[in-house]
Order: sequence, then C-alpha cells, then structure tokens
Amino acid sequence: MARNWPVVLLCAALLVGLALPLATGASPPGFYVEVLLGGLMTGVLYSLVAMGFALIFKASGVFNFAQGAMVLFAALAVARLAERMPLWAAILLGIVVMIALAFVIERVVLRPLVNQEGIALFMATLGVTFFLDGFGQTVWGSDIYKIDLGIAKEPVMVLQGLFQGGILINKEDVAAALVAVALVAVLALFFQKTATGRALRAVADDHQAAQSIGIPLNRMWVIVWSVAGIVALVAGVIWGSRLGVQFSVSLVALKALPVVILGGLTSVTGAIVGGLIIGVGEKMAEVFLGPVLVKTFDLAGGGIENWFAYVLALLFLLVRPQGLFGEKHIDRV
Amino acid sequence: MSQRGNPIGEVILSVEGVSLAFGGVRALTDVSFEVREHEVRAIIGPNGAGKSSMLNVINGVYHPQQGTIRFLGQTYHDMDPHETALAGIARTFQNLALFKGMSVLENILTGRNLRMRANLLLQALRAGPALREEIEHRERVEHIIDFLEIQPWRKTPVGRLPYGLQKRVDLARALAMEPRVLLLDEPMAGMNLEEKQDMCRFILDVNDHFGTTIVLIEHDMGVVMDISDRVVVLDYGKKIGDGTPHEVRASQAVIDAYLGVSH
Repeated sequence: MARNWPVVLLCAALLVGLALPLATGASPPGFYVEVLLGGLMTGVLYSLVAMGFALIFKASGVFNFAQGAMVLFAALAVARLAERMPLWAAILLGIVVMIALAFVIERVVLRPLVNQEGIALFMATLGVTFFLDGFGQTVWGSDIYKIDLGIAKEPVMVLQGLFQGGILINKEDVAAALVAVALVAVLALFFQKTATGRALRAVADDHQAAQSIGIPLNRMWVIVWSVAGIVALVAGVIWGSRLGVQFSVSLVALKALPVVILGGLTSVTGAIVGGLIIGVGEKMAEVFLGPVLVKTFDLAGGGIENWFAYVLALLFLLVRPQGLFGEKHIDRV
Repeated sequence: MSQRGNPIGEVILSVEGVSLAFGGVRALTDVSFEVREHEVRAIIGPNGAGKSSMLNVINGVYHPQQGTIRFLGQTYHDMDPHETALAGIARTFQNLALFKGMSVLENILTGRNLRMRANLLLQALRAGPALREEIEHRERVEHIIDFLEIQPWRKTPVGRLPYGLQKRVDLARALAMEPRVLLLDEPMAGMNLEEKQDMCRFILDVNDHFGTTIVLIEHDMGVVMDISDRVVVLDYGKKIGDGTPHEVRASQAVIDAYLGVSH
C-alpha cells in the first residue's frame, strides 16, 4: 500500500478540489448541484466513447483511433436515415450499418495485419479514421444535421423545496443518462452471462488458448467491433441530439483519450469511471477554478474545459501508468 | 497396462511425411507416425528436436510445407486451431495459457463454449432452453472438476493458484471439450516430483476413464516411459525411433541422441 501514496494523494486532491467551492461558500448549493449534474452528463458521453476504445483494445489489442470517427459516422447515418423513416427504424438500420462496417474492417484491415506490431494496427486505424470521416461525408453529406429524439429540450425545475431557486435539469439529459446506464447493464450481462461474452473475455486474455478451445478469432473480432460500433451509435445519437450532427462530434474521441488513460485501457469499468471523473472535473474547473484564476492572476480564465482532461491524464500517467483500473503490464525479460 | 477400460483400437490420427521449415531452418523433416485410438502416445526428444513444432502442426497452429495429417479419416494440412478444435483435438500448453481474468470454473466452462447452442438473448436472461443447456454443461464441468480434484478452488481466479494446480485447470479445460485426441505439451514441465506423480496419475486416469487418446510431449525420458504405450523419438526434426518404451530405450540411435554423439 505504501507505494500507492501518490495515487491516493492525487485522488484526495481531486476530492478536495471538488468539495472546495461548496465548503468555501463560493457557490450556492443549488448551482453547485447543477454544475455537477452537467459534468456527469458530459462524462456519460465520454464514458460511452471510451468504452468503445476499451472493448476493442481488450479483445484484440488494437488501439482503435477510429472510435471517434465511428461515432460521427453512426450519428450521420441515423440523422440522414431518420429523414426518410421513423427514428426507431433509422436507429435499427444504423446498427445494421455499423455491423456491416465491422465486417468490412475485420476483412480488409485487421485480417491481413494479424500478428503485426501494435503500432502497425494503430496506424491502420488512423487510416480508417480518415476514411470514415471522408466516406461519411460522401455518403451522408457534410452539413449539420439534427437528430430529434422527441423529448422536450426545455429544462425543468426540480427540488425547489431542497435548494433555493431549485435545480434546472434537462429531460433529454436524464433520458440520455438512463439509456447509457441501460446500455452498460446490457453489456455487462452479455459479457458475464453468455457463452459469446465468455468467449470474448477468453480472447482478451489469451488469443492462442482461445483458438485451441475452438473459438474463431476472426468472428470474435467482428463481434467486438460490432459491439463497439453499437456503443458508438448510442454515443453519436445522444451527442447529435444535443449539439447537432457535425464534424466536431468526431473530436469527442480526442477527449476519450485522456479518459482511457485515466481509467485504464483494458477496463470497461475504468472507461465509465474515468469518463465521469473527467466530465465532472473539467466542468467544475471551468466554472469554479476559472474565476479564481481571473481574480488572483488577472488571467482571462476561460478554456479550462479544453485542457483540464489532458493535464489530469498526464498526472495519472506519472503516478499510475496503467490507469485506475487497468492491468499492470509486466514484461518477461 | 493390460487392465485398462478401453482397449487400444484403430488408427485415429496419422502424420504422413510432414516437413516444416521456417525460412531456412528446417524444424521437421519428413516425419510420419500413427496414433491409435485410446492409446497414450509420447513424442520425446532433446531440446530443439521439433517436438513442439510437431504438436503445433497437428493442432493447426503451423501449416506444414509438405505432408498431411489424417484425423478420423479426414485429411488436412491447413486447418486453423479453432477448426481442429471443432474436429475433436484439444491441447494444453507448456507455458500456461489460461484465462487469468476468470475463475477456475469459468475457465473450464469456456471449454464447453463450442457446444453451446442456445441463442444470446436466452443465455443472457437464463431462460428456457438456455438454462437447461447451462445446467447440462455445468454438470459435465463439475464431473471433470471432481475427477481432477480441484473442487476447493472452483471460484478462485486462476492467477492465484500455484503452478501445479494451474496445469491441472489447463487439463480440465481441454477435457471439457470432450476431445477425441488430447495433445499435452510438456505436462510435467517445471513441476516438482510430487506434482509430476499426480500429473502422471491424472493422465492415466483420464485415458482410462474418458477413453481419450493422448499425445504428449516430454523431454524427461523417465516419466514418459512409465505412462506411454508407444513412443516417437525426434532429433533435429527427424524421426529416429518409434516403438514401445522398451524398444525405444534399447535403440542405439536414441541412446546416441540423448547422450550426445556428434552428428
């Protein structure tokens, strides 16, 4: 335990930072809770994208840079398809598109590169990223599209009795969070309780042994890329309904990188917890740390949301390179 | 050896003229031998003799440049490991290759994966036929667990078990596939004397109780001679001996290979 003190210290510092605005009375409790919820909501989206990374990395050892592009591609597909059919049909068809994409990627990109260095596969996914960004525009167009989930966007006032002035929350955000929780529950069930889930965990642990008990690697890769595609679709639809479907959605993926570093590349739990930590952390820093910087150093104080996640990831890299929930990597020399 | 439950039968697996090279390195040169149903067949030889390559060819990890494998009357030379597994060939690993993130029970259950038929949704909900199927598979697995005497560790993550026990879990997982032929890659490697004796007993019991045909690799001659029906001896990728342990032990070529006569 003694060696863990830097991690404990860092986590303690984060918690103190989290509590400080309330403790010093810098923020009214109602507003504080609003900011917290806003952060959690963004965090849920980061978690969804990061989960896609973790799923693929665990099952095939590939760091899939294209996860963000997959989010954009899926969101575009759903948005454009929904113009011609009901939303539910567009989402179902979108899932079919993502599964087809998984097949193509396995056949064209992964299979020829099997047993190559990790860096080669990483470069290949970089290629997939640019292909998907461009191909998405070719097929679906490059304007800003909207996805209408049919849930009112007006915020509602809740808990007026508890906090002065109540708390404003967005119904759509609540629905999105519920969907994300349901998705995580379904995935947990799939991985823990089904033979296919067991096979996927087996592949993640040891490729060679998995093959020797009759698990076909290729098919498992298609399945895991399909699952990652579906997770990307859910993230894309939620994100798209809040901000509109546009190129900037694919940049969310860049925020998912610090999330997976913080949470651990090999852990789905880590992706979820990491996403929430970073979502809350950056929102809190933006709202409460910003004004402090303005006051003390006479800085402009904005834009903290843009770099906070990376600084946090860097700190975690220093004290715990494998991430909060990742497996420690031990090389045999 | 005469009191066994399953008398040795017809040829079930034959290796015919197999040659394997990695670039300029010849790992195997024109190796042929047969394995009969229900027998314990050993492949022995000094380090680097090509034993593991031979096993990997049978298992489908390597595809030989020449020669074929005939298994249950079917000829193949380019099947992948998961296809040979489907056909009924299971294996264990010299360097353990267990699924470290799973419990002993789950590891062994993965061996049943091939035989699970119910659809995903039913499995996830534990409903109807899926539940019945799961119970059926669990019964098989529990039987194997009892048989290999690993009951106390059923729920333990495999990473925490001592080496000898992990080897036994590896064997259990392979057995769960109900293979016709079981390939054991140095099952005794790295074990102490007591663990070796246990393993020998388990191998013989498995052969006797399940009737599984066993092909095992060892470089420790003593152990092998006690438990195998017939032995193939490899040296520098070539077959230099084939016969009962008694015959092999008496062969001049084998003695030379083990005592190191210059080639």
